[in-house]
Amino acid sequence: MFLTINNLHKHFNTKSGNLVVLKDINMGIQRGEFICAVGASGSGKSTLLRQIAGLDQPTSGEVKIDNQTVNGPGPDRGMVFQHYTLFPWMSVQENAEFGLKLQGLSKKERREKASTYLDVVGLSRFAKSLPNELSGGMKQRVAIARALASEPKVLLMDEPFGALDVHTKESMHQFMLELWERTGLTVFMITHDVEEAVFLSNRIYALGARPGTVRREMRIELPERSQQIKRNSTFHDYRDELMELMRGHGQEAMIAA
Amino acid sequence: MRQSTNPIDPSRKSLNSTVFWRLAEDIPKPLQTGLMVASIAVPLLLWWLITTFGTIDPTFLPSPGNVLTAFGRLWSTGELLQDTVASLWRVGVGFAVAVFCSIPVGVLMGSFSSIRALLEPLFGLIRYMPAPAFIPLLILYLGIGEEPKVTLIFIGVFFFNSLMVMDTVKFVPKDLIEATYTLGGNRLQTLLQVIFPHVLPGIIDASRINLAAAWQLVIVSELIAATEGLGRRISVAGRFLRTDEIFVGLIVIGVIGLAFDLSFQYLLRLSCSWASQKR
Repeated sequence: MFLTINNLHKHFNTKSGNLVVLKDINMGIQRGEFICAVGASGSGKSTLLRQIAGLDQPTSGEVKIDNQTVNGPGPDRGMVFQHYTLFPWMSVQENAEFGLKLQGLSKKERREKASTYLDVVGLSRFAKSLPNELSGGMKQRVAIARALASEPKVLLMDEPFGALDVHTKESMHQFMLELWERTGLTVFMITHDVEEAVFLSNRIYALGARPGTVRREMRIELPERSQQIKRNSTFHDYRDELMELMRGHGQEAMIAA
Repeated sequence: MRQSTNPIDPSRKSLNSTVFWRLAEDIPKPLQTGLMVASIAVPLLLWWLITTFGTIDPTFLPSPGNVLTAFGRLWSTGELLQDTVASLWRVGVGFAVAVFCSIPVGVLMGSFSSIRALLEPLFGLIRYMPAPAFIPLLILYLGIGEEPKVTLIFIGVFFFNSLMVMDTVKFVPKDLIEATYTLGGNRLQTLLQVIFPHVLPGIIDASRINLAAAWQLVIVSELIAATEGLGRRISVAGRFLRTDEIFVGLIVIGVIGLAFDLSFQYLLRLSCSWASQKR
């Protein structure tokens, strides 16, 4: 296993006592897989991603990547956030170079690498633009290029297309699949959008809420990945099963309340 | 129940069209320019009308012509220039030192809760002590030369500016800081390469506001004890009932203050175009 999460627990101390956000999470991800963790709000999925990114420390358990325990953020785990996190005073090119600059690469090296990845996300033309001149989808593509420029072991994505409209979202899905196929990236993405997860992933972890636990692990095998596949019955079966899993849990939660 | 079935009275328009009273919208450029000219021209005209056709003692209210003559007189003797330079020098030194010190202090206070806890109570307290109230103390400690005046401006600007800079740092999105960490940035790099550029427009804006305070303080300090300066000029003019010279002083002070403000706004647009595009 390339990325493993072992017996991870996360508690938060709140005014109303100890809140268990993640309970007994175990996951294993192979190199080159596209993994989605799907969950409703309250499933602790963002918290989970933050532990992998190292932005937060687990209460117990550990995250290991390439046999090394994660104990802080680093460029080996590229992160794309839900909200746009481009630096507004830097051009697209400077944004893409910024990680490499922080890591101390020479000007020439970082220009070359950043340009390569801007080309990969199809935004070379906008290298000189400022972020506020770009559309939402373009901003997220720059954020992806910025993360990829450091050549990370895994790309972590926190509901990266949540703020986009339906059509932009669809084209971003297509873009992600192409990117993944072309680069052999390992992707770990969290989302609440079941269709998105089924369409993109090799494997899905369905998370239950309050506390966040892994309810089911599901391998997705689709004959092809195109917009037409969304009308395919296999696609519907996966989607319905996941929906049922999340819905069933919602009812439980209501009864419990 | 019956009311809900009634159609809304069509003669009652929900929102009348208007140009002048557009809420939080732009108005046509010619109207804007016209109103801006009127803002200065109308009071000037009224002043002229009152002093020309009224029977007011010029010692009480001099006419625009009188004031212009006084301006010419003070300019030709070189007194006005000397006073202006003296006031500008004091503000320049006091303000520059205060801003130079308050930027790092404010950024550190905004970035680190520890430093904020250490300094905010003290700064919050001193902020509420009006700077002019320090004048007797400053004269006692530093005499009546330049030092107390420059120090007064420092006190009046430093604490306010530090706290305002601190506030701008609080508005740096946490995501932006975390994105920097995931790109491999350490704390110092994040502070210098992300937080600082992000708050630079806020710093310029805070400094612009506090420059107005500095400009007021220099005049106040000169009213009390000085041998030259615009405040001193007004004070002396008052003693000899030269009302026209008081007006000259006030107008010069106002114009210089406005010039400061506009140049800071220009600086903001020039250095931080990314921030002004949002507005």
